[in-house]
Amino acid sequence: MTEASHAELARVVREYAGRLAASLVELIGDFSMAEDLVQDAVVAALQRWPVDGIPDRPDAWLFTVARRRGLDVLRRESNYRRKLAQVQWPVEHQQDDRLRLVFTCCHPALPRAAQIALTLRVVCGLTTEQIARAFLVPASTVAQRITRAKRKITDAGIPYRMPTGDELGARLSDVLAVIYLLFNEGYLATADQAQSHDLVEDAEWLARLLYGLMPKEPEVAGLLALIRLHRARVTARFDADGGLVLLRDQDRSRWDRAAIEDATALLVRAASRHRPGPYQLQAAIVACHAEAERWEDTDWEQIVVLYDMLLHLAPSPVTRLHRTIALRYTAGPEKAMAELDELAGQLDRYHLFHATRAELMRELGRPDEARAADQRALELTANPAEQAVLRERLSWR
Amino acid sequence: MKYVLLFVDTEQFSNDLQAMGPVERARAYERANQWFAEHADRITGGSKLQEPDTATTVRLDRGEPMIFDGPFVEGKEVVSGYAEIDVADLGEAIRMVKTWPGCPVVEIRPLEPARL
Repeated sequence: MTEASHAELARVVREYAGRLAASLVELIGDFSMAEDLVQDAVVAALQRWPVDGIPDRPDAWLFTVARRRGLDVLRRESNYRRKLAQVQWPVEHQQDDRLRLVFTCCHPALPRAAQIALTLRVVCGLTTEQIARAFLVPASTVAQRITRAKRKITDAGIPYRMPTGDELGARLSDVLAVIYLLFNEGYLATADQAQSHDLVEDAEWLARLLYGLMPKEPEVAGLLALIRLHRARVTARFDADGGLVLLRDQDRSRWDRAAIEDATALLVRAASRHRPGPYQLQAAIVACHAEAERWEDTDWEQIVVLYDMLLHLAPSPVTRLHRTIALRYTAGPEKAMAELDELAGQLDRYHLFHATRAELMRELGRPDEARAADQRALELTANPAEQAVLRERLSWR
Repeated sequence: MKYVLLFVDTEQFSNDLQAMGPVERARAYERANQWFAEHADRITGGSKLQEPDTATTVRLDRGEPMIFDGPFVEGKEVVSGYAEIDVADLGEAIRMVKTWPGCPVVEIRPLEPARL
């Protein structure tokens, strides 16, 4: 099968698997069972569709397989079995119930790693193997996480319900955090992980789904804009050999300017609701970079202001680190270095801290300390693309 | 669904409670009692426990049964009480616990379904 048809297959599965899961949970009343049935149908689809082609009605196809299995598995006298046997596809008045699915998969009573695996499996229709490959962990680990999570949903009585009222804010944060983690994981993947599922695409799809179902939540729009702004520039991030190209060296003619404009417009609309939040602010920072015609045109002052706002809402040493990188261009390397030194205690084990230190040392004309810092950074990162960049720097002189 | 709530006092909380004057402490207990009253329709049992130094622990996995003074866990966080609740699901249990005015840590554990 060609790479394009693999992508098409993944897209179709993702489009319909979640809907089917949501419908089946309604019909069967058992989250765990419904999930198993959908997974069986997805596995069957991934085996048959490459051979037979994607059916005209993929949703009906998946439902047929799931139903057959459900009738086998559910006890004869069960009410649910009767309902399942009688139901016609498509189910009448089928609203998009995937929102409940997403919120349940991201319930805070589940460990974060399980939230991620469950969301990918149940809402995006990925198989255990696909999830494992995307995160570079053994399939058995993923399987165990999912099994435990499903067991906890049943045993601890985690409700299959949309949170309401003042719960919604906190729960929405959990969902956005999962989507952001997916995006981040995909973003860090190097070019030669092209064979694995594109987590960034899944993250965008989830953000888009959430935005469609909750259009008035500005942080959802913010996260969607953030992901789209990154995707609009992805082809320029890697060179022909799969090496990482730094932002200042990227060929901006390869950026999708139309996509950048759309994402920026989305962000501006969200901002008009006057409910700022960390995702909107991060997106705004990326938008500053994306709007600059050339590296030299970057509005660093604006970026520093945005980081100040972000730190106010969500203080973190890593965010302060990113701010010092911008500060270098507004206030000079000495000021930036002074800020950076304050973070030494907290970020000593973070490679980017040392890499930034090295950059500033070079600018300040302290090459030996720069080398030492680059060396330290190299020891602290396992990411092959970043290692390559650091080794390159160490080979200068 | 039935859950047990385990109320856990952190060291900080214990210290703060100790440091309170009698009126302030009485007010704190009053708030806890009020919470129990508000949720009385969902609380099916439970009690405050006496101080950890009143505890005795028996270990049966060391040959002969061994008796020790104090709680089973040597730690700064101690279970100070428990409640048994009966609610629709974990969401409801969490909503209840979020309004708890007492100690800062509460564990929510579902009961094993009764075997008939």
